[in-house]
Amino acid sequence: MTGTIFDKGLHGRSGKYIPENDCPVDEALLPIQRKSSLGLPRIAEQGVIRHYMELASKNYHIDKGIYPLGSCTMKYNPVVNEEIARDNSFCGLHPAQDEADVQGALELIFNLQEALCEICGMDSFTLQPAAGAHGELTGIMIARDYFRERGEDRKFVIVPDSAHGTNPASVSTCGFTPVTLKSDERGMINPADLKEIISSETAVLMLTLPNTLGLFERDIGKIVKIAHDAGVLIYMDGANMNALMGIVQPGKIGIDIMHLNLHKTFSTPHGGGGPGSGPVGVREHLSAFLPIPGVVKKMDNFEFSWGSEKSIGKVHSYFGNFNVFVKAYAYICRLGAEGLREVSENAIINANYLMELVGRFYDVKYPGPCMHEFVASAVNLKEHGVSTLDVAKRLLDYGVHAPTVYFPLIVKEALMIEPVETEKKETLDSFAEIMEKISYEAANNPDLLHEAPVSTPVRRLDEAYAARNPDFRWHERK
Amino acid sequence: MRGIRIKEGQQMSYIQNTNQDRKEMLKTIGVSSLDELLEPVSSEFRVKGKLKLPEPMSEAEVVGRFERLAAGNNPASSMKSFLGGGIYDHIIPATVRYVLSRSEFYTSYTPYQAEVSQGTLQSIYEYQSMICGLTSMEVANASLYDGATALAESILMACSIKRKNKALVPAAIPKRMKDVLRTYVAGKNIIIEYIPFTEEGTLDVKELKEKLDSETAAVVLVQPNYFGVIEEAEEISAIVRESGALLISYVDPVSLAVLTPPGEYDSDIVVGEGQSLGLPQSFGGPLLGFIATKREFVRKSPGRLVSETVDIIGNKSYVMTLQTREQHIRRANATSNICTNEGLCALAAAVYLTTVGEDGFREVALQSAAKARTLYNMISGLPGCSIPFGDNFFQEFVLKLPVPADEFLNEARKRGVLAGISLGEDFPGLGDSAVLVAVTEKRSREDLQLYRDIVLRIGGGK
Repeated sequence: MTGTIFDKGLHGRSGKYIPENDCPVDEALLPIQRKSSLGLPRIAEQGVIRHYMELASKNYHIDKGIYPLGSCTMKYNPVVNEEIARDNSFCGLHPAQDEADVQGALELIFNLQEALCEICGMDSFTLQPAAGAHGELTGIMIARDYFRERGEDRKFVIVPDSAHGTNPASVSTCGFTPVTLKSDERGMINPADLKEIISSETAVLMLTLPNTLGLFERDIGKIVKIAHDAGVLIYMDGANMNALMGIVQPGKIGIDIMHLNLHKTFSTPHGGGGPGSGPVGVREHLSAFLPIPGVVKKMDNFEFSWGSEKSIGKVHSYFGNFNVFVKAYAYICRLGAEGLREVSENAIINANYLMELVGRFYDVKYPGPCMHEFVASAVNLKEHGVSTLDVAKRLLDYGVHAPTVYFPLIVKEALMIEPVETEKKETLDSFAEIMEKISYEAANNPDLLHEAPVSTPVRRLDEAYAARNPDFRWHERK
Repeated sequence: MRGIRIKEGQQMSYIQNTNQDRKEMLKTIGVSSLDELLEPVSSEFRVKGKLKLPEPMSEAEVVGRFERLAAGNNPASSMKSFLGGGIYDHIIPATVRYVLSRSEFYTSYTPYQAEVSQGTLQSIYEYQSMICGLTSMEVANASLYDGATALAESILMACSIKRKNKALVPAAIPKRMKDVLRTYVAGKNIIIEYIPFTEEGTLDVKELKEKLDSETAAVVLVQPNYFGVIEEAEEISAIVRESGALLISYVDPVSLAVLTPPGEYDSDIVVGEGQSLGLPQSFGGPLLGFIATKREFVRKSPGRLVSETVDIIGNKSYVMTLQTREQHIRRANATSNICTNEGLCALAAAVYLTTVGEDGFREVALQSAAKARTLYNMISGLPGCSIPFGDNFFQEFVLKLPVPADEFLNEARKRGVLAGISLGEDFPGLGDSAVLVAVTEKRSREDLQLYRDIVLRIGGGK
């Protein structure tokens, strides 16, 4: 157990970081109202660093090993991108600076917008959304204003039952009602089912491509036609774009709106839960609705464009997570068209290979080629009294991270596995061996799994206790 | 094998597998080529040929390309910057960058597997505790995107708690924030009414009383307000309390070291922009939205929360909790759609506050205020200048010049000074010569004198 920073620093002393004040002013002239303590620690620099290094040692992370979280695309984060993004010329810019002083930043934003348009086959992109869910929200707002402008009162958004939870949440935040579309026995959208629930009141069909089962919708052509014939816009959750770069341009197959996760597909780090970036691309008929401002090129200069009357407005204080753009653009520059296609091809090969190995010991409900990820199930271990959660926790004992568990909701005891392209064959072999061992342990010594993990910084947590007696902040214990 | 064009021994895409590896893998899978795996993607939907993107580059070429882009920027942090309006040029101790550059933190995922994420979880818990301490509130979450969206989320939250659909917001916020609010609430039929400001630059309390009715879910107090002016928080709070509406306080975290914390004037929800807490300006992103609330409202609050708990053998530990509010469980009925937030920025804030500590943080606030006051003293009497809202400010004030703001700002820029933000566009009532001037502890007396000289020259030249 690591004591909190407050336990360590409540009665110590801090280093001095603020130079002497060369503008002393009588304190009576200053707005000093507060009498209570701020509750901040007092701790010298070495103590600060030791504390955070101790915390660091308790984290699993990509630089340590495979991170096969389905739908999260935990790929290697190139270190050169971090180095570039730390440059003061990027991170020292104030958003209210004169355009003439930020030409490099605007050029970068413009180039990234252009590159994402090409990768996705879209006509314009906004980089403003700060995360994937934020992108969904932005995209659905665009659809909302599009129909308002046309004077069409459409209330519903169709969302497949395999979708991420953010999809229906974004839909309802925008004032639409989500309608669930059941996946068929293939794990896909069945055009006949879609036809049945689509109506003149449907605004958007929100699909994930490839879907969360790692499957490319085989009937995408028919799906697009049914939706468009009904005047419905098609939104694509691009969380899984790592499967499609250089292979499918969504805009070219009829997708009207989509978001990307730069912190997945374009290698920027997750930071333990952000900052991410969720750019949104649209085709021409929706370009006018994008948030303001965008960046345009005029002769040799780059400037903000404050858009049309139709713009939905703004979804971020400024222009989005600029520092994340720097890293994503560096990645795109390094890889080029060839490299990006290699990424998707290798992601697909890695996923199919691992599915073949893991599928020897676990159920894979939807076999046949997957794209960049697949969903296995521990349902066959139920007879030993072992759950998916037990498997996940046992994986931690073997020093690897667990897959995404219990998602998508349509697969019982789901283990959603995305190996990503940067992992090598030997790593996948060894992960599969561990999965195999665990399946034997489940049969022969299930308690090993029930008690797992035993080799982690803490044992299995009492989540119910936390939910009943939540403690959100530190208090000094007398 | 079609599709794989990389030369053996060289690649651009950070891929470790060799052609030989791939050959073996395809054999294990039981297919003869990648094309077979792509069979579900009908050929009519596939990209023909290559994407039109620049050719791949070596690492050195990428670095060179970005050096050229960087050369096109003149960063505020290397100039004498008086730009604020929400983003400030404060001193950042080296510890912050060091901890944030540790891949144990930046390459980790959301702490869903708590047993191997205790570092992230404990740091969020400590961050939450620090935000609670600064604001004097009972609960703070793990972060939201930025100040503007945090304010929007707080209005959605208040409307959901009160089951009402009107919020009163000061007119003295920038257009970009009004745009965010309008965009966020448009689908929820929430009405936002703006309360004008007085000649002193403060919230018009009379107007507030008039607009405050039984349909009002919440009133937003911005402290200090966008013009830097300190509001009568207790008075406003009492008016709001009497009406039964909730009080949302939007605060500058640095100001909390010296101003009355919002919990002490009975705020129900506290939000703000945390960039000042150790984050670089970064052209306005990533930022750090923070939100804190009373415990009674926690189940209506957006985003992730970390709680202390125990493991099965009683070890103190940390875990994400009350997830039944969140989108991955509650889906369409979640309190917010937020998932990924600004975790690493929250870590930066925690490391910053830990490093400067109780006394250092107070020093930052005091020096910023003292230096702002010094600049005020230096320029308030200069010919043609006026400071319309007086000296009731924290670290930022409005300055009116004898010339159009843009002319002044351009002149200053030539001398390496970013002299403020022009206010005319967002607040036409202030005329075209008003600028918002922010002063932090990073400015020296010399910087302030240079500012004074520029104002003097501009004034004298007329």
